[in-house]
Amino acid sequence: MSELTATKATWEGSLEALKGLVSERAMTGETMLLNMGPHHPSTHGVLRLLLELDGEEIITVLPDIGFLHTGIEKNIEDKSYEKGVPLTDRMDYLSPMSNNMAFCMAVEKLADIQVPERAQIIRVVCLELARIASHMVWLGTHALDMGAMSVFLYCFREREKILNMFEMVSGQRMMGSYFRPGGVWRDLPDPFYKHVTDFLEYFLPKIDDYESILTQNPIWLDRTQGVGILEPDVALAWGVTGSSLRGSGVNWDIRKAMPYSGYNTYEFDVPLGEHGDVYDRFYVRILELRQSVKILQQAMKRLPKKGAFRTDNRKFAPPPRSELGQSMEAVIHHFKLWTYGFDAPDDEVYISLESPRGEIGCYLHGTGGNKPRRVHFKTPSFMHVSAIPALSEGALIADMIAIIGSVDIVLGDCDR
Amino acid sequence: MQIPPALDPVKAVRDKFADAVLHDKHFRDETTLIIDPATITDVMLFLRNTPGLVYNFLSDVSAVDYYPNDYGHAFDGTGKDFRPERFGVSYHIYSMLYNRRLRVKVFAADENPVVTSMTSLWPAANWLEREVMDMMGVQFEGHPDPRRLLMPEDWDGHPHRRDYPMGKETVQFSFNVEEIMKHKPFATE
Repeated sequence: MSELTATKATWEGSLEALKGLVSERAMTGETMLLNMGPHHPSTHGVLRLLLELDGEEIITVLPDIGFLHTGIEKNIEDKSYEKGVPLTDRMDYLSPMSNNMAFCMAVEKLADIQVPERAQIIRVVCLELARIASHMVWLGTHALDMGAMSVFLYCFREREKILNMFEMVSGQRMMGSYFRPGGVWRDLPDPFYKHVTDFLEYFLPKIDDYESILTQNPIWLDRTQGVGILEPDVALAWGVTGSSLRGSGVNWDIRKAMPYSGYNTYEFDVPLGEHGDVYDRFYVRILELRQSVKILQQAMKRLPKKGAFRTDNRKFAPPPRSELGQSMEAVIHHFKLWTYGFDAPDDEVYISLESPRGEIGCYLHGTGGNKPRRVHFKTPSFMHVSAIPALSEGALIADMIAIIGSVDIVLGDCDR
Repeated sequence: MQIPPALDPVKAVRDKFADAVLHDKHFRDETTLIIDPATITDVMLFLRNTPGLVYNFLSDVSAVDYYPNDYGHAFDGTGKDFRPERFGVSYHIYSMLYNRRLRVKVFAADENPVVTSMTSLWPAANWLEREVMDMMGVQFEGHPDPRRLLMPEDWDGHPHRRDYPMGKETVQFSFNVEEIMKHKPFATE
């Protein structure tokens, strides 16, 4: 008995801290406070949501993040520019290439490094493959959350093929750190070209398979249509980007609006939703898979087998190994890059790009030396988690699962 | 619908608020407006609502720390960057209509850094500002929910400040356990 009262006392004590954050009804015990996570399987990582419930209806949601905070931004401040790249892999671990790209683009803009055209095409190929791989995980887990087990297995089968290609180019399946300031780490291996073209042929009919399982499935429609509606102006106000924003019908894709890496030379459409519900966000991403395939087909067609894959400015990229035995200058450049790195101006830049989840922004402030003063990543998952309360108030708990899945969050990306 | 022609943001703000703009900067095709912190709400409202500007989307809020001596007198009027105070808080705003970005930057002093919150203009600023508050220790006046976001609520200090060491969690031994626990009031509860 005494133990029970003791528990109750501490519980009431912590309720005081929530004053103003939950409604007054929760204070009197009229509504129920329930913790969802941080270990709930459908929160896609370690996200804790404090729900205030009236029956099964959600009154307030208080997301609690930071469980996966790893101080990546602080760590990059202590490293020369090129050494920061492997850390960025660990943010959004489902599409590490996009993070590499964000950091490399910021460094390239700050230090004014030019990227050869072939390297830009290689980057587009890797980015689009990463987009497909990331959408595969999203589709699999989103469907799994709502009870469709088989889609999950199919999606991971396809993702595995992409990870094999990443292993081929970088030596690592996930955390490849393949992009470097000024281009990519090394040239593509010969079998890679055939693997990609074969994969594209294999993958297109697979999208039809997923659609035949989900798109017209009455249970899927019941669970997703009219649920978690996000109005366009609300989405913009909360900083929602990417497919989640386009599901609400706002036509903003950074690949089109502010093209980088030569995206303006590819032909592709930007799929848009109409109602902004869970189903539209789902369907926009399915259509995006097809557009990614389209971009990849164009990129593979124009990708030459030989050519520069990294800038030949020796101040920023190391000389090829063949030169080291013959040129003293090459040895000096190599030594300088490996011990010190390169300098970048004492000024600030901001770049953004379209990751599978939305807009990744990178704010980079140099010191004039070889290390940044400050790097800050504005990540899509961070904004999407902050928008979850706006999306889910008035919804049911079961819909909450669908909503979390539909905005496609990765908590590593959110906490950094 | 007729889209009004795009205005130059620097000139428009300078015309409207004579004393608000302390400095403007162009670097790598990016425009930075450094404004007086007292006027930030008016300037932001103007930038968001004026036809020809319509910066309707808040992309990012980030702060930079110029510790130990990269700010103040050394940077005044030398033609280099303009940095009157220690902390620089940048709002990256974007205009979907005109497809361009603008960085609005305000500076906050070393002692008691405070900036007016933009949550009333863009709800998206809520968490972005909370992150700055947590990691950089810049307070936002009028913020609806000023709690820590990423770090534990009993954390000491602000990790992204330049004078915060790049350290790690201290290994706990019997001789230093009291010193460690002093900084973690909730750990023993």
